Amino acid sequence: MKIHLKIWRQKDAKAKGKLVDYMLDQVDHHMSFLEMMDTLNEQLILKGEMPVEFDHDCREGICGTCGMMINGQAHGPVPGLTACQLHMREFEDGATIYVEPFRATAFPVKRDLKVDRSAFDRIIQAGGFITANTGQPVEANTLLITHETAESAFDSAACIGCGACVATCKNSSAALFTSAKVSHLAKIPQGEKEAAKRVLKMVSRMDEEGFGHCSNTEACEVECPQGISVLNIARMNWEYTKANLLKD
Amino acid sequence: MELDAKIPAGPLETKWSQYKAQAKLVNPANRKKLPVIVVGTGLAGASAAASLAEQGYPVTSFCFQDSARRAHSVAAQGGVNAAKNYQNDGDSVYRMFYDTLKGGDFRAREANVYRLAECSLNLIDQAVAQGVPFAREYGGYLSNRSFGGVQVSRTFYARGQTGQQLLLGAYQALMRQVSLGKVNLYSRHEMLDLVVIEGKAKGIIARNLDTGLIERFAAEAVVIATGGFGKIYYLSTLAMGCNGSAIWRAHKRGALMACPSWTQIHPTSLPQSGDYQSKLTLMSESLRNDGRIWVPQLPDEQRAANDIPEQERDYYLERRYPSFGNLAPRDISSRAAKERIDAGFGVGAQRNAVYLDFSKAIKEQGKEKIKEKYGNLFSMYKKITADDAYAAPMKISPAAHFSMGGLWVDYELMTTIPGLFAIGEANFADHGANRLGANSLLQACVDGYFILPYTLANYLSGELKKEKITTDHPEFDRTEKEVVTQLTGLCELKGTKTADYFHKKLGKLLYDKCGLSRSAEGLTAAIEGIKILRTAFYKDLIVPGTAGEINSELEKAGRVADYLEIAELMCHDALSREESCGAHFREEYQTADGEALRDDENYCYVSAWEWRGKNSLPVLHPEHLKFEFIKLSVRSYS
Ligand SMILES: Cc1cc2nc3c(=O)[nH]c(=O)nc-3n(C[C@H](O)[C@H](O)[C@H](O)COP(=O)(O)OP(=O)(O)OC[C@H]3O[C@@H](n4cnc5c(N)ncnc54)[C@H](O)[C@@H]3O)c2cc1C
Ligand code: FES
Repeated sequence: MKIHLKIWRQKDAKAKGKLVDYMLDQVDHHMSFLEMMDTLNEQLILKGEMPVEFDHDCREGICGTCGMMINGQAHGPVPGLTACQLHMREFEDGATIYVEPFRATAFPVKRDLKVDRSAFDRIIQAGGFITANTGQPVEANTLLITHETAESAFDSAACIGCGACVATCKNSSAALFTSAKVSHLAKIPQGEKEAAKRVLKMVSRMDEEGFGHCSNTEACEVECPQGISVLNIARMNWEYTKANLLKD
Repeated sequence: MELDAKIPAGPLETKWSQYKAQAKLVNPANRKKLPVIVVGTGLAGASAAASLAEQGYPVTSFCFQDSARRAHSVAAQGGVNAAKNYQNDGDSVYRMFYDTLKGGDFRAREANVYRLAECSLNLIDQAVAQGVPFAREYGGYLSNRSFGGVQVSRTFYARGQTGQQLLLGAYQALMRQVSLGKVNLYSRHEMLDLVVIEGKAKGIIARNLDTGLIERFAAEAVVIATGGFGKIYYLSTLAMGCNGSAIWRAHKRGALMACPSWTQIHPTSLPQSGDYQSKLTLMSESLRNDGRIWVPQLPDEQRAANDIPEQERDYYLERRYPSFGNLAPRDISSRAAKERIDAGFGVGAQRNAVYLDFSKAIKEQGKEKIKEKYGNLFSMYKKITADDAYAAPMKISPAAHFSMGGLWVDYELMTTIPGLFAIGEANFADHGANRLGANSLLQACVDGYFILPYTLANYLSGELKKEKITTDHPEFDRTEKEVVTQLTGLCELKGTKTADYFHKKLGKLLYDKCGLSRSAEGLTAAIEGIKILRTAFYKDLIVPGTAGEINSELEKAGRVADYLEIAELMCHDALSREESCGAHFREEYQTADGEALRDDENYCYVSAWEWRGKNSLPVLHPEHLKFEFIKLSVRSYS
């Protein structure tokens, strides 16, 4: 198939970027979107041009590294997928596809489609963990966790930290990402003890990093490749209010 | 050179506790004077960095991804083993030790493998303490399933995302130490060389992948936790960034490489569908608990799977290995698939696959139950192939998956360079010639959480009084200069072929000649072929741009340059081992019914290779394996 690409090219964080046109005429519809990008890059390199820089690693939808806006949607038109799992069979022959980086103040562009998502790591550093030293834990089955609780904690823990929720949110809010971790740890007994401290610190770090507020448009859930539910945000808000009220 | 594995004396059951009781300690006040570098933030690296920082060592940690949470461990699906015997089905540390040794075809050290099984008990506790949401029974107890090569249920899992959840646990522990200022984390940094001063590892040279700047880091010990190099085959189940560079450059600085040709080929990957393909996706082995593997009985069968009646199907694993059936170990299952495909019974458009069929399980247990167990795998299959595996069997095929070989380490996980440690998939230890499923996540975690913190202290206690080295040392200058020369050299070639072009050629050559099956003739030809490819690489490579900027093509080129050397060593290694064992199948050495024929008399050793320079042959230093506690037996699964 033939594809017309309009790709955002930007040399570095300070440079002005622009959309550049590229044509590809032998795209196999079984190819993944990133394999199509590889094909384009191969051609650019052989012409002596710089390839389009984009982040990717596992190409299995689990590492959260890839991420780009495809036709204005985070990870492209199919719900529940990362960009690496999107296949060209989803596009028509002759289609024009816009490819741009995730845009958010807290995610500055590094080059082309690569953005800096280290703000997410700093949110986790603020408290997204259980304070348990390594080496001498208690026997695991002394801690009973029902099937339902484990499954529900897992549903929240499954977040891959790709940033699609931020990119798709009109306020560039990181509420879905942060709330997923807050919920995962608050739901299980091991995480309960620090739940109040955790949510206060994580939320305040999220604000410091320049993410916007959540105004409940729920676009994040729609775009999330892991189907992380906005109920996590409700839970985070509840944990936050509770923690604030009971704070001494 | 005599290799000393430093295995503690005494009975198997007490070796590790004896070691721990006698290992030297470092006083808490002195630990902050002993900085440590940990390269890699996968399960091995993150767990090691967090554990060492908790103890008070200043840790500098590196990964090439934009976040430590994205290391390749995140992709592991199936599960992690531990001999907890929660199912009361006869499991024990000893049985796990035996299964693992046998699974590895008796080509691993008894003491290491026993320790792996022993520490497995603590790992589950550790992960649960960190909040890993393992599968649970309704009453709240942990749940288990079974994996290839064993007859008990000892695999713990978190749906099909066990690696992700374990890694997040370790990553969160690491982030906690970063926030406390105990770990300096450098993401988007690639280790490009090791600095060895007076025979000891004292630092690394890394490239900042965001700026291209070459940076120096000094420490009292360096831990390499950079994972496996199976991506050398280009098409593999590994992430795109997996590489062998850190271990290879350490090898060129004097660390021996052990058993590099032992590569696990996983039986349940999705088949290749075209030349453009960049990777192969794994379907977790856990599927084999309920899926039955078969091919048509007629060659070149044209009917769709569901139109082939039961009596015209060949369930070849159940036929050949009745007691393990579909749960036969990976090397056996992969080879059996290759045998059927080569004989003309392959299915799918390229005739390169076999069926993995759930119809019986769905009939017996219901679609909902199967969905609950494997739902995410089925939907992943659908995303990639556009096929519905609830309605028709999956098509699967063998693919390169895991490096059993790596840097040679002793019982303390130290390489032949004092102060240089290697943990996780980057070392060769524990798996022998074949790894049983769910043992690798275990090894990576156990190395980092429970072993290295003791053995590293034992080494560091001797370094306390020595003069401290800084990055001004002339050896840092020299090593850095060599790194810069290589990078600029690659950029200046200005040829006509990309790094991927060479990587794909190399991958195909290796897969054909040093993959599922090897022969002296093929390996000799491969060594010649690799040499030619390497010469072409240095003549005709094109890398756009410069070394002083974000340049992913340059990153690839450096990794492929190393692969082109590692590949040759792999072939030498495979050629020198004139027997078949585990994943190493030499066509010349097989039984009448096509099973691997081991030669304990002559090859019961670990091959450790020394680098003697670009134009010299590598030198073999065998570490003879002594089996004191078990008797070597023929590895039979029938
Ligand atoms: C698809 C798949 C499924 C699997 N499923 C299972 C399973 O179910 N059970 C099981 O037990 N095992 C499984 N495995 C194997 C297991 O996941 C790996 O062996 C294990 O996770 C390796 O961990 P590691 O910490 O050694 O390395 P990795 O997790 O690969 O980490 C390597 C780290 O090193 C860094 N790095 C590499 N090179 C450099 C460099 N030069 N400079 C700086 N940093 C560098 C990377 O950034 C990364 O942080 C699976 C493997 C694959 C591919
Ligand atoms: S590359 Fe890992 S999620 Fe896309």
